[in-house]
Amino acid sequence: MKRRPNYLAGLGSLVWLVLIGLPLYVMLAATLQSRSDYSSNGPLSWPKHFTLSNYTQDFSNGFGHYFLNTVLVTAAVVAIVLLLIPPLSYAIVRSQGRTTTGVFRLFLLGLAIPSQAVIVPMFYLITKAGLYDNLIGVILPTAAFSLPVCALVLTGVMREINSELYEAMAMDGASPARTFFQLVVPLSKSGLSTIVVFSALQAWNGFLFPLVLTQNEPSKVITLGLFNFQTEHGIDVPGLLAAVVLSMLPIFIVYLFARRALVQGLMGVGGK
Amino acid sequence: MTTTDSPRVEKRRPVPRAGAGRPGRRSGASVARPGLAWAAPATLFFTLFAVVPLIMVAVLSFAEWDGVDALSFTGVDNWKTLFHDHVMLQSIWLTLLTTVLGVVVQTPLSILLGVWAAGKQRNRAVLSAIYFIPLLLSATAISILWRALLDPNFGVPSQARWLFGDGNLFGHQSTAIGVLIFVGAWQYTPFHTLIYQGATRAIPQVLYQAAAIDGAGRVRQFWSITLPQLRTTMVTSMILMVVGGMTVFDTVLILTQGGPGTDTTTTPYYSYVKGFKDFQFGYASAIALILVVVATIISLVIVKFSGYDKMRSSSEGL
Repeated sequence: MKRRPNYLAGLGSLVWLVLIGLPLYVMLAATLQSRSDYSSNGPLSWPKHFTLSNYTQDFSNGFGHYFLNTVLVTAAVVAIVLLLIPPLSYAIVRSQGRTTTGVFRLFLLGLAIPSQAVIVPMFYLITKAGLYDNLIGVILPTAAFSLPVCALVLTGVMREINSELYEAMAMDGASPARTFFQLVVPLSKSGLSTIVVFSALQAWNGFLFPLVLTQNEPSKVITLGLFNFQTEHGIDVPGLLAAVVLSMLPIFIVYLFARRALVQGLMGVGGK
Repeated sequence: MTTTDSPRVEKRRPVPRAGAGRPGRRSGASVARPGLAWAAPATLFFTLFAVVPLIMVAVLSFAEWDGVDALSFTGVDNWKTLFHDHVMLQSIWLTLLTTVLGVVVQTPLSILLGVWAAGKQRNRAVLSAIYFIPLLLSATAISILWRALLDPNFGVPSQARWLFGDGNLFGHQSTAIGVLIFVGAWQYTPFHTLIYQGATRAIPQVLYQAAAIDGAGRVRQFWSITLPQLRTTMVTSMILMVVGGMTVFDTVLILTQGGPGTDTTTTPYYSYVKGFKDFQFGYASAIALILVVVATIISLVIVKFSGYDKMRSSSEGL
């Protein structure tokens, strides 16, 4: 249908490529040169003397530890989501009654609760529970706030399962538990991978809850490490940007190998 | 748990005669349905960590708490203060301004990019993969990156004074707002591009073939077919931009700290400052409640006008 190439669109797309690519280039170039080289050559020049010292220095400044904390928070959030959401969606789709409809409405309305709005009561609750400055205190609210989108996504996927299949299971006298594990879980794999990716991204990139619910080194996650680095040593741009690169590295690797799953997980963010 | 008297099942069959048992071969053995116990854990967890805090925001807005001593109820004091606090009133205006500007900048950009990226050409697929990289970075990382890039002394503006004037983009209200809008667009346009890409691919090719037979050119096809077909997607995308824009926090905290002065102090940032910097947690809650009310109104609009099922279908187009 399109016979000649669309030059105007091509030009526009190149402009956008520069806008996206240039900052990423500056970031990468800055992290590979020493601080003095960066400030004398300016942000746009390619490093003349390559060095990885910015990265090694970040690790000795605690980023290895923040990294581990973030892995822990992410794994725990994903585990909570995987434990809670599949049974919930199964009940919403299969049990008939007003109560489950009400439950679904609750999660729909939950989409509208901005996490920025509840930081004060969350701080109050977590402090009273003795979980302030504790990773558990970050994990619980982070998981709770990724539930609505995950419930929505997985419920949508489970609705697609043909009801004849349920009846076939029932013919065999299967209990709800057996139906769940042998029919529902295997048939909602795509939805499960989406909610895993979505909740993992929420946890990995989460900033607000760690910011207001933790304070000291032992419980610091990587986004908070970045923020503190910026407020305390913001002048060390190569070191700071190296930390930014480190923080996005795991997600970037997933992007290279599982782009489809990641993009679908990101679309889940849209529900928020 | 079995449900034998479900209204949905009854509609499909004649009403059974009394004492006739359960007729109908289709239902066969009674289908085992999951009980409420399956939904309970998630519901309790969500209620405890999201619904209860939401209710507490309302309660705390009538109280005073410094984070250390016991909280005391002060009636409508916070609300009286709020409506006379010019920083607060200005913050609402700033929040609305940045939100609207965000929509105005991001919508045309993401429509054009999304329609472009929907093409099946190989080079478009490769470039799109690069375009989506900002999606991978946290708001924190993006804000820190741009803060470093736009640094008045060591960043790009110091090398291009012909474009940036005195180079201190964070020193004036208009340029500081400009930075927030620009970084917001850099961060969120890829996401909306993705939505439009999916929606564009879902447009039936027949429409374009018919238009081509009628002699419609590329531009005409874009205005007469693509844009009208993207209407529902536009509603969804814009509402997401509005809700997201109203609650922007990380970007303000890292890029401008609400400054210069209070010139970019938006409502969510002001609530954070009042609570976690000034330790007026009650007042911070009152500000947060305003945010909740606005966000709720907007999301009711979402439910009413766009519908979540449409959003699901737009993601399926990927």
